[in-house]
Amino acid sequence: MKGLRALLPLLAPFLGLLAVWCFFALAAGGDFTSFSNLRLMLLQTAVVGTAAIGATLIIAGGGIDLSVGSSVALGTVIGALVLTQGGSPAAAALAMPLMGLYLGAWIGCLVSGRVLSALALAVALLTACWGLRTQAGALPIAIALFGGAAAAVFAARFPWRLPLSPFIVTLGTWGALRGLAKGLGDNQPVYPASTGWIAELMQGGSWLAPGVWLWLGLAVLAALYLSHTVPGRHLFAVGSNERTARLCGVDVERTQLLTYSLGIACAGVAALLQLSYLSMGDPTTAQGLELRAIAAAVIGGASLAGGSGSIPGTIAGALLMTVVDNGCTKLGMDNWVQEVVTGAIIVTAVALDRWRGRRTT
Amino acid sequence: MPAPLLEASRISKRFGATQALSGVDLALHAGEIHARRGENGAGTSTLLKILGGVEQADAGRLQLAGSDYAPAAPREALRSGVVLVHQELALCAELSVEQNLCLGREPRRGLRLDLGAQRERARTALALVGMSDLDPARSIGTLSIAQRQWLEIARALVHPSRVLVLDEPTSSLAREDVTRLFRLVRAASQQGTAVLYVSHALEEVRELCTHWTVLRDGESVASGEVRDTPTSRLIAHMAGRELGELYPRRPHTPAEELLRVSVAPPADPLIVRRGEVLGIYGLIGAGRSELLRGIFGLDPQTAELEVLHARGARTPAERWAMGVGMVVEDRAREGLFLERSLADNLSLPALRGLFSSPAARRATSEPWRERLAIKSASVEAPMRTLSGGNQQKVALARLLAAKSQLFLLDEPTRGVDVRAKSEIYRWIDTIASEQRGGVLLVSSYAPELLGVCDTIRVMQAGVLGPARPASEWTQEQLVEAAFGAERAA
Repeated sequence: MKGLRALLPLLAPFLGLLAVWCFFALAAGGDFTSFSNLRLMLLQTAVVGTAAIGATLIIAGGGIDLSVGSSVALGTVIGALVLTQGGSPAAAALAMPLMGLYLGAWIGCLVSGRVLSALALAVALLTACWGLRTQAGALPIAIALFGGAAAAVFAARFPWRLPLSPFIVTLGTWGALRGLAKGLGDNQPVYPASTGWIAELMQGGSWLAPGVWLWLGLAVLAALYLSHTVPGRHLFAVGSNERTARLCGVDVERTQLLTYSLGIACAGVAALLQLSYLSMGDPTTAQGLELRAIAAAVIGGASLAGGSGSIPGTIAGALLMTVVDNGCTKLGMDNWVQEVVTGAIIVTAVALDRWRGRRTT
Repeated sequence: MPAPLLEASRISKRFGATQALSGVDLALHAGEIHARRGENGAGTSTLLKILGGVEQADAGRLQLAGSDYAPAAPREALRSGVVLVHQELALCAELSVEQNLCLGREPRRGLRLDLGAQRERARTALALVGMSDLDPARSIGTLSIAQRQWLEIARALVHPSRVLVLDEPTSSLAREDVTRLFRLVRAASQQGTAVLYVSHALEEVRELCTHWTVLRDGESVASGEVRDTPTSRLIAHMAGRELGELYPRRPHTPAEELLRVSVAPPADPLIVRRGEVLGIYGLIGAGRSELLRGIFGLDPQTAELEVLHARGARTPAERWAMGVGMVVEDRAREGLFLERSLADNLSLPALRGLFSSPAARRATSEPWRERLAIKSASVEAPMRTLSGGNQQKVALARLLAAKSQLFLLDEPTRGVDVRAKSEIYRWIDTIASEQRGGVLLVSSYAPELLGVCDTIRVMQAGVLGPARPASEWTQEQLVEAAFGAERAA
């Protein structure tokens, strides 16, 4: 009984998911419960679910990323441009997570106060984008990116720091990255002749699409990172209380840098799945994705105050929102109903979490 | 005897699984200074919160001057003349001194804020506590902890109150300030205010209070008049058992140097050896904490220093790796992750390398939980559910688990109950007597330094005095040295 009570906070998002699923199963019947619909729902959740893994890492680490949607849009455009310029699908698939890693390092530098390093990375990023737009080829782009990284490492040696609020930083990148995506695509979607095997990610597969496996595999890795590695524990420590983390010998700046890098690399993977789904690079795609990713993390038990969050919970949270959307559609309800219900679920989940927290004090 | 001014009968309060108070009584008479003592977690703070309207009782009855009193919010308590001075400083850091002093009771002229009257009232309040030279427009964030504590007291005293509740008001104050506070409390009491005074320091109760009550496990277990009660009985009631010797002493044999700091003005270098407890006594603001934090790399360090025969390391991370650990003064805001588990708090500095399984973290924490007798549901219990004394033991256990050799302890027994205090003293003694390492102990509580240290140095206005064996100091000499030359002259 005692063990069950300890497990309850972890199970709560799954119980919520089960309850909502059962409700629609009863209301909508076989049309909803069929395997093909289940498969569809998992597929529909893959992109937001992948982005939500990154959001969970960042939120548990005491930060926030409002620019996931813009990062994903930029990612699809970059991936599509790599393909149109003769890059292999593998090169395109690798370019997107790498872009995420780079963006994450940049945002991490801004948040942890390494303004000079951030400046170096920003210049390199813009140069690389310009290179991509002018079809300069892979080598100059790689040189720009490596040069920027080297300059950033060098600049980090200067002790001058100016930490910025992650909310403000990512509010800035929310607009800036979206703009960059539009500039790269000339305000138009970028259509590659073929996306090669990337297209298979969200369509193929006999049982579940490979993209779904990719998402779930990433979730397992992220969960292990949080629970079984020292950097993962440092992430929670920094999110919980930066001053205490510093006292306990955690390198707060490095932890933040790592957290944003890994978190936004997840957005890069989400961009890969989105490119597979759309078969094009679309600068206007994934609008509002950031809020759904944050909502999934919060339903899953993450606290925006930092220091808590669970990957399994986030997965359940992301699925919960898809089930509501899908179920409402199956019942023939209007779009606005889904939106109202999803909003109510987010607030209810947080209220339940708070209530449980208060009872155990 | 007249009817009590404030009377509580059969007050109960429950938080989830924890029965914080079960049927507690309290009778406060006008003009009485009543000491309320209890171990941390004994329900003292809960009772105060109920009196101040922060929490509401589940059962029981409160009466103020004969009529029912059930404040639903702190605002209502204030309006009834029940004023609470919090232990955890409850000031808004972004607001100015005057805004804080008048918060919730802003003087108005119609709908407008009367800024002139606000300034005037702030000046009156500051003068009352002897801080007339403080600019009322200054922001709270720039003040020291002791200054903030005084503001908290000034805010309470500026209005006439019927009941004044003080929750460990002296934990951030130096000895001279305590005397000043006692004068103010006595003055209030002579004007007919009933005072409820919560403190862990026995000496304070003896000096200031007229009556005492001890709470344990949510119930009142004993009470009486201070005049008629011997100190030994007070201690016995507090701890629920005979504590024996509060300061255990086994022989310490100082060995090799662990720390050598060349202090800025030409003085003896600060040296801590293995098997030795070195105490630094001084008032708040004398620079003791800054020295310790500088050594650990939490603040920029100014002095030339050599730790475990190495120079150059600057950050806390490097210090831990060298075998240095620190317990900081501000437990709630810096010392602990209140929302994380005991195991997370205890094992973090001991984590090395890349991987760490939950089972390994539990295995690191469990033995220390047992050895320090830390009371908690399990090692997975969130830190905030532990009492202050047990939290502090975790902060110390963290150093032991990381196999530290040099222990930097900044006021390690501040706001901690007697039983936890004795446990902490016992461990400080163990570290030295078993040659586990050396201890550098900073404190503004002279008896504790005299009790546990081998050597004591006094710090005054940033200057570290000469080292003398603890046996050569008396409490009066320490206080005198801490106040410096102008006092001695």
